[in-house]
Amino acid sequence: MAELVLDSVSQSYAPQGDSGLLWAKAHARPYAKRQIIADLSFTLPEGAIGCLLGPSGCGKTTALRCISGFEPIQTGEIRIGGEVVSRPGWMLAAEKRRVGMVFQDYALFPHLTVADNVGFGLRGESKSVRAARIAELLELVGLTGHANQFPHQLSGGQQQRVALARALAPRPRLILMDEPFSNLDVELRERLSLEVRDILKREATTALIVTHDQHEAFSLADWVGVMHEGRIQQWDTPYNLYHEPANRFVADFVGQGALVTGEVINDHQVEIELGVLNGHIPVECDASGCDECVRSCHVDVLLRPDDIVHDDDSLLLAEVENKAFRGAEFLYTLKLPSGQRALSLVPSHHNHAIGEKIGIKLAVDHVVAFRRE
Amino acid sequence: MLFALVVAMLVLVPVLVTFSSFAQVEGDILAHLTEFVLPELVGNTLWLVLGVGLGVSVLGVSLAWLVAMCDFPGRRVFDWALLLPLALPAYVTAFVAIGLLDFTGPLQTWLREGWGLTGLPEIRSRGGVILVMSLALYPYVYLIAKNAFATQGAIALEAAQSLGLSRTQGFFRVALPMARPWIAAGMMLALMETLADFGTMAIFNYDTFTTAIYKAWYSLFSLAAAAQLASILILFVLVAVVFEQRSRTQMRYGAVGRSAISRRIRLSPTMAALAFVYAGTVLAVAFLVPVTQLALWTRDVIADDLDARYWAFAWHSVLLAGLGALMVVAVALLLAYAGRQRPGNAMVWTQRLATLGYAFPGAVLAVGLFIPVAALDNWLIDSGRAWFGFDGTEILKGTLLVMLLAYLVRFLAVGFGPVDSGLHRITRNVDEAARNLGTGAAGLLTRVHLPMLRASLLTAATLTFVDIMKEMPITLMTRPFGWDTLAVRVFEMTSEGEWERAALPSLAIVIAGIIPIIILTWRGTRLHD
Repeated sequence: MAELVLDSVSQSYAPQGDSGLLWAKAHARPYAKRQIIADLSFTLPEGAIGCLLGPSGCGKTTALRCISGFEPIQTGEIRIGGEVVSRPGWMLAAEKRRVGMVFQDYALFPHLTVADNVGFGLRGESKSVRAARIAELLELVGLTGHANQFPHQLSGGQQQRVALARALAPRPRLILMDEPFSNLDVELRERLSLEVRDILKREATTALIVTHDQHEAFSLADWVGVMHEGRIQQWDTPYNLYHEPANRFVADFVGQGALVTGEVINDHQVEIELGVLNGHIPVECDASGCDECVRSCHVDVLLRPDDIVHDDDSLLLAEVENKAFRGAEFLYTLKLPSGQRALSLVPSHHNHAIGEKIGIKLAVDHVVAFRRE
Repeated sequence: MLFALVVAMLVLVPVLVTFSSFAQVEGDILAHLTEFVLPELVGNTLWLVLGVGLGVSVLGVSLAWLVAMCDFPGRRVFDWALLLPLALPAYVTAFVAIGLLDFTGPLQTWLREGWGLTGLPEIRSRGGVILVMSLALYPYVYLIAKNAFATQGAIALEAAQSLGLSRTQGFFRVALPMARPWIAAGMMLALMETLADFGTMAIFNYDTFTTAIYKAWYSLFSLAAAAQLASILILFVLVAVVFEQRSRTQMRYGAVGRSAISRRIRLSPTMAALAFVYAGTVLAVAFLVPVTQLALWTRDVIADDLDARYWAFAWHSVLLAGLGALMVVAVALLLAYAGRQRPGNAMVWTQRLATLGYAFPGAVLAVGLFIPVAALDNWLIDSGRAWFGFDGTEILKGTLLVMLLAYLVRFLAVGFGPVDSGLHRITRNVDEAARNLGTGAAGLLTRVHLPMLRASLLTAATLTFVDIMKEMPITLMTRPFGWDTLAVRVFEMTSEGEWERAALPSLAIVIAGIIPIIILTWRGTRLHD
């Protein structure tokens, strides 16, 4: 259990598949080294669960491998519990970091029983300590009765929990999990992610999880870092990521919503085609005096599906362009009079046909807007 | 990487040596070869390749289709039993066939004396060789085509039927063309075995390159002539290799998802009976009858022949096969590890080259490795004399070295396959998981890799062991004096026409040969689980 700090870490990557032959190396084209992560900084407090969230290829797995000690870094440093474990040109060996890892494919040892898998990292301990710790962990993950089975006899969810127990057994300073639920079906995924959070909290472990699934990130993590093109776009609580996205990428990647054009009127008002929104305008518009410069401050305003409410009495009309039935509600894609699109969540007893015009009104709590270039 | 390159060189050496033999032409021998020997050899080889290619394809594909796609009585048994002929080296099938069907054999005698019938086609003929080789080698096509049909046949057929084709049309227009790369790969393996075969050709007195190399070696005492013949044989082999490698690439592209066969084709009672009779006949002729005959002959001679000499042959066989298998597995393991450490295209090509030896006939390898080792030997003796006044006799030549090297080159692929696929099953994540749990390199090897590889290593060793036991030409041509093995004994007895006395050593080889088939079947069923 320890704090994890990444301080402006970068990593680039020489394209693999180069031949090992000397002449080939000497004559290899000077490939542009692809930068995988750039200037990555965040602090994960002791005992907290953090999550790196991002589309595939954003560098999150590489970040994990840097932390676990399988990839070197080119700039910055990585500290675990105050101890520097990686800096340019030097890294503490993976087996000496006391960092546990849960792999996407679990990577259980097929030739060992569940108990032996869990006990694999407890080599130095006495037999009785080892047995006690194994029993404790199997109970924690709810697999007490499966101690003598082999991994292939377990279901995917059970294998996942064995992998977690195995990583937790040596009491690592930090647990890393790479897409831990991606091999499981959707229902199991949600249940297990709550379970895993519970287990991690009970062991009071600092944990960093990598995923591309925001529901997973939100249900598991205390802190989420949204990654894109090797950089952290925003490191924040799940609530803030949704309600106060720092930039367009985060706004687009986290949750659903649409951007509509707007004009800033003054420092607490913005006008969009559906009306004027009041509240703090998080865009620096130099709108202090003259009308001219106010008019020139164009923004895009983020409208979440719950920001637009259906109201049959409203005079504001929008055409239903598409609809998706979600059980309790419909998610309507609406075409606004100007032709811009917006989303609206509507209770499902309001069943309107595609092409129909329905009344809407705004219900925006706080304004999220980005300056338009 | 360096290690992988050295192993790959080991394959290239015999090839280069044999080709370089054209540099030192022994005029009269070469003239004799080109005028009298070559035309016949080339003709014989072409006929053989054509006939056996056709034979194994027809037998292998038809049986594979019946077993993989149709339902008829005994299908489950035929599924694995049709592989049994693999346990019989072709030379064993060959001498049993001659013993049974020759003019003085029981069948002709019975027909002649009981019914006054004569004029059964002569078994010692081109047709006879082709028949025997086809019966011995069809399992290569059968095994690989059966997998192809089982994985994609059902989908293909259903797709074809949904597009309005009849089942027969579906087979010929969709399923068969789809399986073509698989069939071609199996056929090429069978043809490589055909080109490499020495024992059968010697028994049938059918002159091909392998027998000619042997004669040049022992009768003409001309290494150069043997090497020149070997290099021509290599050209034939290379054609087969190119075809085989090409079909393998196509197999990768053509592979579609696995499908469980939900519904087999229900044959009408008549057709089902015909299918049973057909598969049963092939099995009987290719395996049951020869083995029974071997057993009967063995019973006649066992009292006289099961003596100390026999045990010496058996011991030599086991010793050589064991040494060879150990060496092959060790080198295969190192080669596979090299690939794990340094993945990349260059490594893949090096590995492919290093395992290409399976294509080279044993007779070629014997010649190709004997020449450089003898040269090295002479150099050692000369320099030993010059520098140390040491009057040595041959140091390397005639020792086990040439033989073991030849085994290594020829059977490395056999051992490399299971070891490499076993190593591939240990993913990078498994390594990293172990290291995250505090295990260093040594612990990784002893606690994770070796336990996980145990089954693969055992399979590799067993398959290699049995292949070396069956091997004839390398052993025959390079064995040190007094190192007669079971296979050598079979050769000596059959060359004197003493079929009964060849039966006892053959039976031991056949029994050993059944082991890999059990492994193969067992692995197959495990895969289906």
